[in-house]
Amino acid sequence: MKHYDLVIVGGGPAGLAAAVSARDNGIESILIIERDKELGGILNQCIHNGFGLHTFKEELTGPEYAARFISQVLERGIEYKLNTMVMDISADKKITAMNREDGMFEVKATAVILAMGCRERSRGALNIPGYRPAGIFSAGTAQRLVNMEGYMPGREVVILGSGDIGLIMARRMTLEGAKVKVVAELMPYSGGLKRNIVQCLNDFNIPLKLSHTVVDIEGKNRVEAVTIAEVGPDRKPIPGTEERYTCDTLLLSCGLIPENELSKSAGVSLNPVTSGPVVNDSLETNVEGIFACGNVLHVHDLVDYVSQEASTAGKNAAAYIKNGSAKNTKVIEILPVDGVRYTVPKYIRPTEMDDTLTVRFRVGAVYKNCSIATYFDDELISKRKRPVMAPGEMEQVILDKKKLGEYPDLSKITIKIEETI
Amino acid sequence: MSTRELTCIGCPLGCSLSVTLENGEVTSVTGNTCPRGDAYARKEVTNPTRIVTSTVHVKNGVSAMVNVKTASDIPKDKIFDCIAAIKDIVVTAPVAIGDVILTNVAGTGVDIIAAKNIAAS
Repeated sequence: MKHYDLVIVGGGPAGLAAAVSARDNGIESILIIERDKELGGILNQCIHNGFGLHTFKEELTGPEYAARFISQVLERGIEYKLNTMVMDISADKKITAMNREDGMFEVKATAVILAMGCRERSRGALNIPGYRPAGIFSAGTAQRLVNMEGYMPGREVVILGSGDIGLIMARRMTLEGAKVKVVAELMPYSGGLKRNIVQCLNDFNIPLKLSHTVVDIEGKNRVEAVTIAEVGPDRKPIPGTEERYTCDTLLLSCGLIPENELSKSAGVSLNPVTSGPVVNDSLETNVEGIFACGNVLHVHDLVDYVSQEASTAGKNAAAYIKNGSAKNTKVIEILPVDGVRYTVPKYIRPTEMDDTLTVRFRVGAVYKNCSIATYFDDELISKRKRPVMAPGEMEQVILDKKKLGEYPDLSKITIKIEETI
Repeated sequence: MSTRELTCIGCPLGCSLSVTLENGEVTSVTGNTCPRGDAYARKEVTNPTRIVTSTVHVKNGVSAMVNVKTASDIPKDKIFDCIAAIKDIVVTAPVAIGDVILTNVAGTGVDIIAAKNIAAS
């Protein structure tokens, strides 16, 4: 069985940045396994601009952002396999995969980086009542059809969910000549970035109906109409508020779920809040030598943060390959409370962590004029004002190793949202 | 004197901006956290512009489509003219990032350029 020091599952933005970072940290034997026909992952269908402001200080389209990392991978001569599906990862880091040239094959790795990304919540998972005709797509499927395959999925469109992909597709379908009649959002706030509400909906006078959901889909062969209704605070439809829209297409943009079937088969523990692996400060999972980064770990708002995180995972996997993992070190849990839904990482090792560590998280509701407070046990360590926080946007706290060193008896770190006094 | 409330689209932060105008002239911008926000606000109330991204068909390439963009921002009211102008364009692979697909789109003085590398099949 062929052996690699590092196998990276997924050739999207996370896998690419992890590979470059591992190579730059001295790892020669690397294999990236990608199931699509090209590297770049979901960026290839994200043709809108706005990527890379943090990383490259300019606004790139998705394929341009991907191309910068792809060329870094090519320049370094890092090995990759396309059109190759990983079927299984075992706890002892044996990877079973298949493609048309090699058939089914196995490779053994010293370290594995999980970079499989996420997928969209489907109609089945949403329990939308009504018929099951053609014309119901996830927003990302429609995006791929329009932007990569060159097909228009429909002409008269209703969109459920105001996640960024839904907002982006509202504009894209409009530009391609479709009539987008309404975007309905179950929650009282949008799940997408504010800038996308402005430039994708407001620019084209597309109405956004907050606290609304789909209560009926009509049509035997093809979607003929969709009925939406207002929902109350319990998110249940309010009788009498129904509005019927004739249309041929319903797009769903109702959340993304990390794609962790392979992680589970390797014995990786998942966090039920993120549906992604539980990791420590080195982004290592509970299975020694298996690391995770990007949207498979937790769904990000910006690809720039994916690249940063993946670069960290690549560096840490390289250190593991060279030195193994530290034994018997102190581990401290980070507790997310009072509005903080989760943190990545969940555990830190004060003696092993980098000099500074970025802890990323999302909040559970919209908060105005509040602060992010960090406690070491019961002592307030930092409090940072944030004028607006929303579930659609990631927040962060930076932990300082030197500061942690001043608290040798620390048992827990708590991150919470507090009112600004 | 009048004020307009805007959401900056310069980056994903989406700062809430307040622009004060006097006789059509911008006298102040508040709420921005960087110079890009100030520039966006001044432009948005006088001559709003956008980068436009779309796709064109590719012949003899490994992909059926190549994504394209305006090389710089164009007036907002030219977006649909821009899309109409590139609708029937077919390019032949190979295509490289930055290749000019159409010059001076819809009379804006701005070129449409390729935003992906597409190898020949």
